[in-house]
Amino acid sequence: MSRTKQSKKSILKKGIIDNNPTFVMLLGMCPTLATTNTFAGALAMGISVVIVLVLTNAVISLFRKIVPAQIRIPMYITLIATVVTIIEYFLQIYFIELYDSIGIYIALIAVNCIILGRAEAFAAKNNVGDSIVDGLGTGLGFLFGLSILAFFRELIGTGGIDLLKINIMSSENAISIFAQNPGAFLTLGIIVAIRQYQVIKKKKTKELQGDYENVNR
Amino acid sequence: MSIDNMILIAFNAFLIQNIILTKFLGICSFLGVSKNKSSALGMGLAVTFVITVSAVVSYFIYEFILIPYNIEYMRTIIFILVIACLVQLVEMVVKKYFKSLYSLLGIYLPLVTTNCAVLGVAILVTGKSYTFTQTLLISFFTALGYLASIFVFSSIRVKLEDSPIPEFLKGIPVGLFTAAIMSMIVLGLKTSLMVPI
Repeated sequence: MSRTKQSKKSILKKGIIDNNPTFVMLLGMCPTLATTNTFAGALAMGISVVIVLVLTNAVISLFRKIVPAQIRIPMYITLIATVVTIIEYFLQIYFIELYDSIGIYIALIAVNCIILGRAEAFAAKNNVGDSIVDGLGTGLGFLFGLSILAFFRELIGTGGIDLLKINIMSSENAISIFAQNPGAFLTLGIIVAIRQYQVIKKKKTKELQGDYENVNR
Repeated sequence: MSIDNMILIAFNAFLIQNIILTKFLGICSFLGVSKNKSSALGMGLAVTFVITVSAVVSYFIYEFILIPYNIEYMRTIIFILVIACLVQLVEMVVKKYFKSLYSLLGIYLPLVTTNCAVLGVAILVTGKSYTFTQTLLISFFTALGYLASIFVFSSIRVKLEDSPIPEFLKGIPVGLFTAAIMSMIVLGLKTSLMVPI
C-alpha cells in the first residue's frame, strides 16, 4: 500500500482554503445563515464547531480500531451529541445572552454534516495527530467563513461591529435588511457568486492559453 | 384554547416564523433536493410526516421521562437516537402497509434523519410548557411551512433553469437570491400577529 503521507500543513490548508466548508463545500448551511447576523454570534458558533470537531476527531481516531464497523455511526452520533451538550451548558453558564440568541443552533451542531463527515471521511482512517489537525483545519475554515459573512452583514446592516468597536455610520442610515433574515441568503449568494465568477474566469483563461499554445505549435 | 388562538398559532408557525425562511433549519435539503418539483414534493411530504410524529414523540419523552427523572441535559442525545429509530420504524411500517406512499417517499425517508429541521422542531417545542394540542399544532404547521417553501422554491428554480442569466450566477447563487426574496416577503408579513413560538 503506497498511500502518500500528507503533511500536517497540507491537511490544515486543505481544511481552511481548498475545501472550505462554507464557501466551497456548502456544508452546514443552517448555522452559517442563522448565526451570522452578529459578529459575536458567528464567533461563538465557529469556536464551538472547532472544539467539537477537534474533540470528536481525536476520540474517534483513538478508538478507530476497537469500534465495530456496523455500529460506528450511532456511536459517533452519541459522542458528538455528548460533546455538544457539554458546550451548550458551558455557554448557558458563562454567556447566557449569546446562548439565548444562538442556543438552538449550538444544539443542532449534533446533526451538522461537517462533523459526521469529517469523522467518517478522515478520523476513522487516520492517526490521532493527523485527525486533530484535520479537525482544526476544517473547524477554522468554518470559523473563517462564518466570520467573513457576519463581518459584512453586521457592518452593512447596523453600520458598525459591536465586538470590535468599529463604527462607520449611524445605524439609522444602515441597510438593515442585511442584518435580518433575507440578508443571510443575499450575502451568501453574493459571496458564492464571486467565487463562481473567479472559477469560470480561471477556466476561460486556461482554455485561451491552451488555444494559444496550440496555435503556436 | 380558543379557536382564534389556534388559528394564530397555526398561521404563525406556518408563515410568520417559517422554519426555512426565518429560522434557517433544513437549508441543506432546501438547496439540495429542489432541482425538480417532484423530488421537492417527496422530500417535503416525508419531512412533514417525520417532523410531526417525532415532535409529538419527543414531547412525550420530555414530559414523562426526562422531567420526572431530572435528566433534561440528555435531551439532545435522546432526541437524536429516538428520531433515528423512529425514521427506521416509519420506513418499515410504510413499506409494509402503504405501498403507494412508499414509492413516493421511499428514498427520502432515510435522508430525513440527518435533516436538522426534525431535531430543531423537537427541541423548539419541548421545554416551553406547551400543552399537547399546542405541540401538535405547532409541529404540524411548521412542517407544512417547510413543505410549502420547498415546493414554491423548486417551482421557481425550474423556471430559472431555462432563463438567460449570467453563468456565474447559475445554480446556488441565484437560488440563494430567490430565497432572499421569499424571506423578504415573509419578513414583510411580520405584523402585530407575532406570538413567540
